[in-house]
Amino acid sequence: MVNTSAPAVDVTDLHVRRGKHPVLRGLTVTVPRGVVVGLLGPSGCGKTTLLRAIVGVQVVQSGTVTVLGLPAGAAPLRHRVGYVTQDASVYDDLTVRQNLHYFRAVLGAPRRDVDRVLALTDLTAQASQLVGSLSGGQRSRVSLAGALLGSPDLLVLDEPTVGLDPVLRVELWTLFHQLAAVGTSLLVSSHVMDEANRCDRLLLMRDGEILADDTPAGLLAATGTSDTEGAFLALIAQHPLGEATGSVS
Amino acid sequence: MTPQRTLATAGRVLSQVRHDPRTIVLLLVVPSLLIGLLAWIFSDTPVFATIGPGMIALFPFIVMFLVTSITTLRERRTGTLERLLSMPLGKGDLILGYTLAFGLLAVAQSAVAVGFAVWVCGLEISGSIWLLLAVAVADAVLGTSLGLLASAFARTEFQVVQFMPALVFPQILLGGIFLPREQLPDVLRMISDWLPLSHAIDALQAVAADSQDAAYVGGEVLIIGAWVVGAVVLGSVTLRRRTP
Repeated sequence: MVNTSAPAVDVTDLHVRRGKHPVLRGLTVTVPRGVVVGLLGPSGCGKTTLLRAIVGVQVVQSGTVTVLGLPAGAAPLRHRVGYVTQDASVYDDLTVRQNLHYFRAVLGAPRRDVDRVLALTDLTAQASQLVGSLSGGQRSRVSLAGALLGSPDLLVLDEPTVGLDPVLRVELWTLFHQLAAVGTSLLVSSHVMDEANRCDRLLLMRDGEILADDTPAGLLAATGTSDTEGAFLALIAQHPLGEATGSVS
Repeated sequence: MTPQRTLATAGRVLSQVRHDPRTIVLLLVVPSLLIGLLAWIFSDTPVFATIGPGMIALFPFIVMFLVTSITTLRERRTGTLERLLSMPLGKGDLILGYTLAFGLLAVAQSAVAVGFAVWVCGLEISGSIWLLLAVAVADAVLGTSLGLLASAFARTEFQVVQFMPALVFPQILLGGIFLPREQLPDVLRMISDWLPLSHAIDALQAVAADSQDAAYVGGEVLIIGAWVVGAVVLGSVTLRRRTP
């Protein structure tokens, strides 16, 4: 029943509005399997809304979102998609281990999985501390550890490296690539352009639209620039805002 | 929905409460202190004997309403609810897990309040103390389930606290503690017949005076139970996996 040849995520003509404000206007994008795909763009460009639609917690106006061959939010996907929200969604009044034990029980994952994800996120030493007493970076790693439970096929991570020191950031990116090497698909958002080089593929997003979908090297070649920030600026120059959104002023 | 997930949720909520000893003490002690204060105020009058049983219904109901509505609202606001609903947790698992956990706390709280009222304040109970406790627990679970429901319609802590006077005070005013329900104006009496707290107070007064048989008390508890089921079902309908 599981279609293994389908892409990790396939979004077609997606329209989403939050409140009265249209956030995504006919967005189409595909995320391949088994690689780390970076979703980059400035704050407020619709990254979180797109990720929420892929996880299936966002009310959408129209368009289709297919995840691992199933409609986004379908019941079987709740075991197979790990989601980390931008703010750590964990219980401050429980210890790290108690948090993970609860999420593990909800997922129906084996008990030993808790120790595995503690080691992966380098939290073994903090396991019996209350989450409320941890630093911001540690809290967000607890949130990430929760998403790794049950080894999901797709990880959707909303700005997982915000507020982390450079050493930890490098460690996390190494972890992401280890996960991809064993077949996990990852979609990682960031508003920090210098993280782009760590991704296998890049989606550059601006004002609810995908400006580019390429490898980091391909993107630099296509725009004739030497870094991702420059590439992004070059792309913006090619797509003035009014033209891209189709609005007439 | 599975028993494992429901129990895991109840266990998680109880662990959270366990890390907050001050809340536990307040939960267990405050209703008894208030009942004690009331007994003291009316020490030379027969008033405590008439309103005392009603008070046993009141405090667990109010406290459980507040605690539950605020805890569940916090879950919505910190993003953990969104996380849980993107996982294979049934909505019923969450609501029933909460009801179970706070229901257990309610048993402890009601036991302390009943014990204090009877053995320390000298409230005379002609009927069965166990029956009295059963009604008090049903009443606290009612507070829990209405609190769960109220939290679904509140976006901020300020709003949820305002639901307390909105949903709870009318039930207290019409419940027969201030004025026996038979003496209320007709329209208000008919309204009070539909309110669950009225039945809780009727049942407690019947047990205290031993004026009715156990079947009558059982019937009143069933009415409270129907309200609990209604609030729990409505509460899980208002939980949405997809939000705007």
